[in-house]
Amino acid sequence: MGLSPRLEQKAAQVVLWTFTLATVFILLFIVIFILRKGLPMLSLEFLSSNPEDMGRAGGIFSTIVGTLALTLMAVLIAAPLGVGTAIFLTEYTWEGRLTRIIRFGAECLAGIPSILFGLFGFILFVTKLKLGWSILSGGLTLSFMILPTIIRTSEEAIRSVPASYREVSASLGSTKWQMVTRVVLPSAMPGIATGIILSIGRSISETAAVIFTAGSALRIPTSIFSSSRTMAVHFYILAREGISMPHAYGTAAVLVVTILMINIVSYYLMNKFIRRYS
Amino acid sequence: MNSSRHRNISLRPARRHHLLAIHSGFIILLGIVLLPSGCSRGASGGGLTVAGSTSIQPFADRWAEIYQRIHPDRIVNVQGGGSSAGIQAARSGAAQIGMSSRELKPDEKDLTEFIVARDGLAVIVHPLNLLRGIGLAQVRDIFAGRIRTWQEVGRGSGTITVVTREEGSGTRGAFQELVMHKERIAREAIVEDSNGTVRAIVAQDPRSIGYISLGLVDGTVRALDLDGVAASDANILAGLYPLVRPFLFVTNGPPTAEARLFIDFVLSDEGQELVESGGLLRAR
Amino acid sequence: MTRLERNDRLIRLGLLMIAFSAVSILIVITLFIFSEGTPIMFKYGLRQFLLGLNWYPTEKSFGLLPMIVGSLFVTSGALLVGVPTGLACAVVLTQFASKRVARILKPVIELLAGIPSVVYGFIGIVVIVPFIRENLGGPGLSVLAASLVLGVMILPTVISISIDAFQALPPTYREGSIALGATVWQTTRMVLIPAARSGLIAAIILGMGRAIGETMAVIMIAGNAAAIPGSPLAPVRTLTSNIALEMGYASGEHREALFATGVILFVIIMVLNTLANWTSSRRRRGF
Repeated sequence: MGLSPRLEQKAAQVVLWTFTLATVFILLFIVIFILRKGLPMLSLEFLSSNPEDMGRAGGIFSTIVGTLALTLMAVLIAAPLGVGTAIFLTEYTWEGRLTRIIRFGAECLAGIPSILFGLFGFILFVTKLKLGWSILSGGLTLSFMILPTIIRTSEEAIRSVPASYREVSASLGSTKWQMVTRVVLPSAMPGIATGIILSIGRSISETAAVIFTAGSALRIPTSIFSSSRTMAVHFYILAREGISMPHAYGTAAVLVVTILMINIVSYYLMNKFIRRYS
Repeated sequence: MNSSRHRNISLRPARRHHLLAIHSGFIILLGIVLLPSGCSRGASGGGLTVAGSTSIQPFADRWAEIYQRIHPDRIVNVQGGGSSAGIQAARSGAAQIGMSSRELKPDEKDLTEFIVARDGLAVIVHPLNLLRGIGLAQVRDIFAGRIRTWQEVGRGSGTITVVTREEGSGTRGAFQELVMHKERIAREAIVEDSNGTVRAIVAQDPRSIGYISLGLVDGTVRALDLDGVAASDANILAGLYPLVRPFLFVTNGPPTAEARLFIDFVLSDEGQELVESGGLLRAR
Repeated sequence: MTRLERNDRLIRLGLLMIAFSAVSILIVITLFIFSEGTPIMFKYGLRQFLLGLNWYPTEKSFGLLPMIVGSLFVTSGALLVGVPTGLACAVVLTQFASKRVARILKPVIELLAGIPSVVYGFIGIVVIVPFIRENLGGPGLSVLAASLVLGVMILPTVISISIDAFQALPPTYREGSIALGATVWQTTRMVLIPAARSGLIAAIILGMGRAIGETMAVIMIAGNAAAIPGSPLAPVRTLTSNIALEMGYASGEHREALFATGVILFVIIMVLNTLANWTSSRRRRGF
């Protein structure tokens, strides 16, 4: 402790900022690395033509379709369940054992690693229920994975709606349900949308659970019972097996750009939401 | 708020409803999940599912691509998963055709098998590795972990990085049968789950050794001569090269009509031409 | 009961059923994994699974110890990399950075969380593994590679929960300390960090949970050798990789053994999650 406090602080700041800047540097490195090698591959043709020759040639259109289908299905299942849960937790009950159990369930679900979801989805949906490797199996599995996030963010969003809104609605004679659907939900929509958009980001990146439930078929899926490959899975296969590095980078670039856009949109939405209520 | 007090009183009878609601919620959720199974058509919707060996998968994909181009009304789905999984899938009906890159075991012989190609197993090293040929016995020693350094083999230096396929892989099964015989591959070996990955690793690590399908050997790795015999199609056809295995399409009983059509295509001249251009050998 | 009240009651019941979906799913998943995985553990004995050294499932040898140790090593390594860095970022973002800088840095760091794990694994293969192999020795696919990449992957978790922990502290702590003449660093070190202790511990535990659960990146860069690694440069297999690598082999006892791996993983994760919940609720009650 021989250093003066000022000197000690200066030294600490150097160390701390080094770590912080290193973190930022790592992120920038990853993004730039992928984009530098991958963006040149991106063309309208790359995005609109199907993979050929195992992905060595052609584009990634079928994987884009697969990703969209899987994500859509997951959100369609998880959003009503998640928002419904959030509404229940905030509007229709009080803090007690019931809410603690529900929250505990959601938290535990959030902590389960994706490979266990993959295992579960494979055995239940693909094998026991004979849904096969399909968008249905994958979508169901993914929906379970994103449910906790939607519950958490929707609950926060609904809670942030000022009590005055509810009081005014009640004083005007609305029923509880009317209040929820016509006043609270619309006001909480940006926050809820943020949660859903973040979940979309998660679904797009997810690989372990998807490979074992939706499979890795290269064709454009024709129904929810078809197997399909997502961009993340396609990238994984291309990169691991050295099939085609340029195509791998291209796929990764699409993924990274999509994630970037999702983050920007959700950040903007969240800010708009916060500004509205503070 | 006044409403909370009001709620407490009127909720006593409602408590009983909690349990009911929870149970019904659970059951309904289960129902939603189970309902699609009533609508499912067994395997993936209305098409042919071909699943199994990752060694055969690239060829199956190619076959499927061309087959569907010729017959746009027919659908073929190709999945990986490994030879054992493919055989299992054929047996359980999850796939109409299972792909296996190893011989069927005695307890699997009740299934119907079709040889669609023949393939050699190549023992590969990095292109800059000075080693050109090796004895099968030495390969066994290396993969079993008895020989650990390149010095012991006579070329180069450093610890040998052994790369193998995962348990359940037909390629590993074939390697196990043809090279290791009863011995186990060392636990310290690096394990990867596809030929392509094994090749990618050996292509990067100058001290590594691995095995892949001969048809997949390209300029990034070198196939070693085994007991003096070069790894080439000619030597396989001549019966000189020791590591040969069949690529099988497996069905549970006689193949379904759709499966039969696909198998016929694969065994036709057009299908077999693809086999050769891919570096494998024809079925006959 | 009026019609309005009955409707309201019905709606509430309906929402209650929906709300229980998360719990139901959790129960179903738990039941499933346990019911598929525990029978084989009892058939061959828990000891063989937890302490056996040889994993040759085709020959009925189901020793998971190398994978348990592997998960342990890789996770510890990830924590060594991720926790100091994450804490440092959290401290900088909450205590030292100006509002404007923080507003830029925070979303940038959150972006790290969105990058797919396969991309992390890929960068690992292309950049880190060759670097280790050429400069430090060994095959490059190693505990070290996995620890480095996983450490970066858990950063967003550690950072965001640590930031929450700091921001949950009453502002009077900081203000009071500064008013007494302490520097910001002294305040952080001697007042804020100890006060936020339980939240920070929760951050570490959740980071640990994330690291243990990661699969794709680890499969790509750790080498997957089913043996206890002798050094940080040796290849390693984690519990998660074990499942993913061989899951295609969906037959009989081998499949059950993979579920058994899942059971062990599940138990570990549940313990960690409960611990994290417990420490952070202690914080809430304490302050």
